[in-house]
Amino acid sequence: MRWLLVIILLIPSLAAAEEARPLADNPQVEARLKTLAVELRCLVCQNQTLADSNAPLAEDLRREVREMITKGMSDREIIDFLVQRYGDFVLYRPPWKATTTLLWLGPFLLLIAGATALVLALRRRQKKLVDVTLSEAEHNRVAQLLSEGANRP
Amino acid sequence: MNRFLIPFGIFVVVVGFLAVGLTLNPRELPSPLVGKPAPDFSLPQLHDQGKVISSNELKGKVWLLNFWASWCDGCKVEHPVLVHLAQSGEVPIYGMDYKDQRNEALTWLREWGNPYQVVAVDESGRVGINYGVYGVPETYVMDKAGVIRYKQIGPLRDDILQGKILPLVRELQNQ
Repeated sequence: MRWLLVIILLIPSLAAAEEARPLADNPQVEARLKTLAVELRCLVCQNQTLADSNAPLAEDLRREVREMITKGMSDREIIDFLVQRYGDFVLYRPPWKATTTLLWLGPFLLLIAGATALVLALRRRQKKLVDVTLSEAEHNRVAQLLSEGANRP
Repeated sequence: MNRFLIPFGIFVVVVGFLAVGLTLNPRELPSPLVGKPAPDFSLPQLHDQGKVISSNELKGKVWLLNFWASWCDGCKVEHPVLVHLAQSGEVPIYGMDYKDQRNEALTWLREWGNPYQVVAVDESGRVGINYGVYGVPETYVMDKAGVIRYKQIGPLRDDILQGKILPLVRELQNQ
């Protein structure tokens, strides 16, 4: 009975063991794959990197990248290989192009627009504040009120 | 009144952007391969493993390349459209059995009908990667020179076929 219990307890750990992905024989290759894969998008689950994704296509692409690294291709060449097939979307950092100008400049344009609006609004408010000259009697009253306030504990 | 006009204007613009953005399909990525020569392949045939089908044999005619798999649900959806097109005989369809089990693929075709002239077997998915496939079904239109002229992502529908693919095929056939 106790043995049966032990066996049942071991079953989930077997399932968990399957999660580990086999590493390539060469740890250097694996290290380069890691740095490349975080820059690349998985096209199936589009908000995950190639490194994070468990989708079959991501696995295939990792295998492909691993092979290209082993073949001695440079990072540039590997990225070009993927861009030629999947387009710029495969990159997490899209290149600077005519079609991506708004993407890159948009936040700065919004920042400039916001800053301009703020400056304009502040200036307009400053103009609304008019200096009022006080009479002698009013000055005395202000001084009196202030001193009253200062004497209070 | 003027105070509210500017925030309201910004609100309308933001709503406009969101409205357009929500109707776009994030799965439909423009393929950089459209207008470029189709990647070459040379693969075993599904029905006769001893024979090879190569993309070079298909030069000189307009043809469709359909990536499918027996495990793919969208393929079942588009299958009647393909079978119907094959019956019309307007354009030859070649199948690419993508990352599939041979037996299951054969059973699938027996069950649902075979619209393909020849089915190539892309077991490892390598040819799929060369074509920039990221989800089956995907369908490509090739011209006589072997250049990709159109890519359909997701299931083919009759309106896409009649509205886009067949007019393009006829135009390419007349060239």
